[in-house]
This record gives sequence, C-alpha cells and structure tokens, in this order.
Amino acid sequence: MLKMSHLSKVYRTHMVETHALRDFSIHVREGEFVAVTGPSGSGKTTFLNIAGLLEEFSHGEFLLDGVDVRGMGDDARSRLRNEKIGFIFQGFNLIPDLNLFDNVDVPLRYRGFAAADRKKRIDEALTRVGLASRMKHYPSELSGGQQQRVAIARALAGSPRLLLADEPTGNLDSLMARGVLELLEEINRNGTTIIMVTHDPELAARAQRNVHVMDGQVTDFEEEPRLRTLDRDARTALATV
Amino acid sequence: MFSYYFQLGLRSLKRNPVLTALMVLGIALGIAASMTSLTLMHIMGSDPIPWKSERLHYVQLDNWDPNQPYDQEGNPPDQVSYKDAQALMEAAKADRQAAMFKVALPIQPENPEVKPFLSLGRATYGDFFAMFEPPFAYGGGWDHAQDAQHGRVVVLTKETNEKLFGGQDSVGRRVRMDGIDYSVVGVLAEWRPRIKFYDLTNGALAEPEEFFVPYTTIIEQKKQASGNNSCWNNTAPGWEGYLASECIWQQFWVQLDSPAKAADYKAFLDDYVNEQKKLGRFPRPLNNRLLDVNQWLQNQKVVPKDVQVQVGLSFAFLAVCLINTIGLLLAKFTRKSGEIGLRRALGASKPQLFAQHIIESSVIGISGGAFGLLLTFGGLVLVRVLYKDYANVAHLDWTMVATTVVLSTLAAVLAGLYPTWRACQIAPAAQLKTQ
Repeated sequence: MLKMSHLSKVYRTHMVETHALRDFSIHVREGEFVAVTGPSGSGKTTFLNIAGLLEEFSHGEFLLDGVDVRGMGDDARSRLRNEKIGFIFQGFNLIPDLNLFDNVDVPLRYRGFAAADRKKRIDEALTRVGLASRMKHYPSELSGGQQQRVAIARALAGSPRLLLADEPTGNLDSLMARGVLELLEEINRNGTTIIMVTHDPELAARAQRNVHVMDGQVTDFEEEPRLRTLDRDARTALATV
Repeated sequence: MFSYYFQLGLRSLKRNPVLTALMVLGIALGIAASMTSLTLMHIMGSDPIPWKSERLHYVQLDNWDPNQPYDQEGNPPDQVSYKDAQALMEAAKADRQAAMFKVALPIQPENPEVKPFLSLGRATYGDFFAMFEPPFAYGGGWDHAQDAQHGRVVVLTKETNEKLFGGQDSVGRRVRMDGIDYSVVGVLAEWRPRIKFYDLTNGALAEPEEFFVPYTTIIEQKKQASGNNSCWNNTAPGWEGYLASECIWQQFWVQLDSPAKAADYKAFLDDYVNEQKKLGRFPRPLNNRLLDVNQWLQNQKVVPKDVQVQVGLSFAFLAVCLINTIGLLLAKFTRKSGEIGLRRALGASKPQLFAQHIIESSVIGISGGAFGLLLTFGGLVLVRVLYKDYANVAHLDWTMVATTVVLSTLAAVLAGLYPTWRACQIAPAAQLKTQ
C-alpha cells in the first residue's frame, strides 16, 4: 500500500539545513494497522505529511498504492490524496461554521460525487460512527470524542484505502480515547490500511505492527504483523463516547 | 461547484460581520463616488438621438470679423445670421432643414383662474418635428404650407398643455400669446432630452421649451430672439437693419440621409459662401462646418472639464477603497489559513481553492455593488438638489446600473486576486498542527 525507500527530507533556510528524515524506509502492506512511535522532533509528523502527500520529499522513492508520486504535480497529488487517503488529526480539524453533514461533505465535494451519492455516503459514515442523528449539529455542540468521530466519518466517507491518523487520541480522555481506538480497529478490520502516529506506547501496542522513529530514521520495526485480540471492554466503551 | 463556493462565500461573510461590513462599505463608497460622477459624464456625453445622430447636421458658416477669429481655436461661429438662415431655407438643398431660435412670449390663458405668464418657446420650421422626432400625445407638427403662410399655429409641450388645458386633448383650441391667437395643432408627450442638443448655444442643460411656433410667424411679428445674440460690427437701425445684419442668433440644422448627401451639402455651403464673398460678405477665409450630432456635442465640449477631473478623482478614491479592501481580505484569508490547509488536506486543489476564494471576493463585490448602487442613487439625488442645472442629467440609466454591478464585481475580484493567491500558497501541513 505504501512503500518508502531511502527517503530523505531536508528543510533549508539561508542559515540552517535541517534533516527531518534521512534514509527513511518503510513498507506498509494493504490492510495493515501500523503505529509509528517516537519522541517529539523525531520525524513522525514529517513522515505522515509526506505519506499524505501534503509535503514533498527531497530524495528517495515513494510508491503509494503502486503509484510513484515523485515529481507529481500539485493537482495530481490533490486528486490522489482525495481519492486514496483519509486524515484524522489530533485537533479534529472540523470547520466550526459547518454542521456535521457539511463537514463530512467537504472531501466528497472535491471528489466530484453527485448530490445523491454524497448524501448516501455521509449518512453511512455518520451512522458508522454513531452520530447520524446529530448531522445538523455544529462541532461546538459535541464533546471531544464525538468531534473526533465526526473527523473519522469525514475521513471514511470517500472510502479511502489508507487512513492516516496523527495522535488521534491526543486530545481525549482515556475513555473517549479507547472508544476512538476501537473504532479505528473496526475500520481496519473492514480492510482499510491505517498508519497511526502516536507517542503513547499503550496505543501503539494495540496496532498490528510498530515502527519506531528516531532522528529521522526508522530505528526499530516489526517485519510481520502481530495477531490482535478483540478488547470487548473497549468496544463497550465506544457506545458511551 | 459554483453554488457550493457561493454558499461558502455567504457563510464566510456571516462569520466576520464587522470585517465584512467594512469591506462592503469600502467598496460601496468607492463605487458610489465613481458611479455618481461617471453617470454625469456618461449622460452628458451620450448620443441623445442615436438612431439618426449621423444624419442630423449642424451648420456653421464663418461670417465673422476679418480682424479676429470667432474663438481662439479657430472655430466658425456657433450660430448663423438671419439672412444666411433664410438663404439656406430657400435653397432647400437638404432632405430636411430647420432654422430656429429661442423666443419668449407672454401667454394669456382662456381660464381666468390661471394668471398670464411669460413662456419660453422655440420658433422653428415644421421640419423640426420630423427631424428631432419629439413624441406627440395629440395631433402633430405643422406642414410647409403653414411655414409659407406664417401660420398662427402652435405645438404645446405636455407641461404647458397641463397648465392651460388640464392635460386634455387641446388640438383645435386657441392659445393667446402676446395678444395673438394661435391654434393648437399638436401636444407633445413627455420629451426631455437629457442634453438640449439642438440648441447648445443657449445651454446644454437648459430647461426644455414650453411651446413651438412657426419661425416665419414670429419673424413677421418682429419678435426678437430671447437667446444668445452676437454681433461683430454695427448694425443698421430698426428691425430690418437687424435682420440684414451679420449678427448671429439662430441655429440651423439639416437632415442629410447619406454621407454622399452630406458631402454634397458641404460643397453647397462652400459655394454659397464663395458667392457671398463676391458680394462683399464673409471676409474671413472659407471655414464652414457641417457636424453631425455627436461631433457637435464634442465640439461644444458638452462634458465640462471639471466633470472629467471629478471622474478621475472619484476613481482614485475607488482605488484607495480597493487597497483597503485588499488589506482586509488579506486579514480575513489569513485568519482562514487553518481551514484552507484543511481543505487542501482533504483533496482541494489550488485551482479549486482559488475559485472558492475569488467567488467569495465576488460575493463581497456584488454586496458592495448593490449597496454602492443605493448610495449612487442617493448621490445623484443630492446632485439634483444641490445643482439645479444637472437635474435633467443626474439620473441612473440601465447601462450605468449594469456598469455599477460589473465594476463592483471586477473591483472586488481585482482586490481579491492577491489575497487569494496568497491563500493558495498556504502549506497545508504547517496549518494542520496549529488548528
């Protein structure tokens, strides 16, 4: 699904040159749930931004779902991002003056879906995260956990093959965090590849595979995915978020 | 996507009502100032009779002082003498022709409740009505026979007919003017050319006439013109001396239905003046003019210089307002940088974001234009109140309404270009963490 080989990313100003990623290689297979861990400033977010086609890289090779993205134009990157990738952010990043329906609608609009198709997808996505009855509500009327579930619905509505989550539970209390994580696991079980950046070892432990990043390099990784057990308590908690 | 972007634009306006109000007000003030002055220039400079302005020609003959030109620019006099007007009328070389002058006559109404009043009218020939095509409510103009017979007929304007006959069909009724009864042959419908183009000498913005009477009848009555009269030499005493003088006090218009006829008529004028030179008249070099309506308006500088300067200043003010709007849009779009970054992350391309924000700028422009249009109406009302001379021209027509909408939208799009371009340069990754 995602393969980066010997990738590097250098930020340059006229005074300073910063190597955010160096000789960075990773291979995420279709349907995997991978947690990327590492301390602050290690390059996790840079990796996620490059994986999400939000930033370009300096050197190396990057194949996304078999497509070589090196040298790809801005429009083509936007299209590819819109079609294949869903984002979940730590700060939810919902648009405050759009209701839930319209927030989930945003990526679908850019995808060019017809109105009826968009409505169906939005209904399904909000139903899946348990918020269909609140689609006319505004983000400010929801709890943090509910807002993150709307963000997940927005990421899912376009049926992406890859979900990128940047500290998805960082702004949530433990109960809400468990619910969101449980939801991500369910999404993964349905076939969507998930890459989650986190500095929380407990969360990382729930993923199938861990990749540890330090100083812009992968320092430790599991080659094969682990078997994951279903956490029934967490699934119960989901309904209460 | 247009309707989606339009809805987003409306939402965005609601999000910062104070900022939005400042931008709309800025554009509205700039638009109102520029459109008020532009309207004055547009109306004063527009073709007053577009369907035949190229066929109507104003005649100028240079019978002026041999020692000094009529004006510094070397133009021939802007009116003709009685004897030249008569000679041209008798020659009848044009498809239609009409000499004319302004006249003032006291009117004694039949109705004893209406007091006698002094009324300004126009002495002219019957061809005037076919040439300038004023609309008639009742009856019509008079024919050549009435011109020849010094007919005592009159055409009333709508306002005069209201005053004398309560607006009823007065054709056949009598109007007593300066002690002589005239028979009403026609009553005009509303006719107020924005520019009184057929007599610019006596004021392009002057009030329209209250009646029209045959030229020959007024000459027979020995009534002097009440308009502009210029002489460069001494005249013989008495009415006959005045008519025989080189004094200029009449306007002379011809209708020539093709360019060939216009060329022929110009040649005829030159021949006529050359013949007159043999008789000792026209001491200056040959300098005859035959200008169509629009050329005549330009020649007479109907749009004053100060109106043109005013238009320039008002557009400079609009530019200042737009620069202010650019600053406010920059602030607005900067505040939205998080949302812009998010939309990029969710798949919006730069052209899509550009379209969205240009449409948002256009929504501001259209709102500013609509408000500016209201202010323009108010500005023109103010002009009409403060400057009576401009009362007839300070009106917004559909062309100017459309121009206002286009100008305001264009102004807002122009103002929005740079802030929109800046917004599209936002790196999404940098914004998403800070949201």
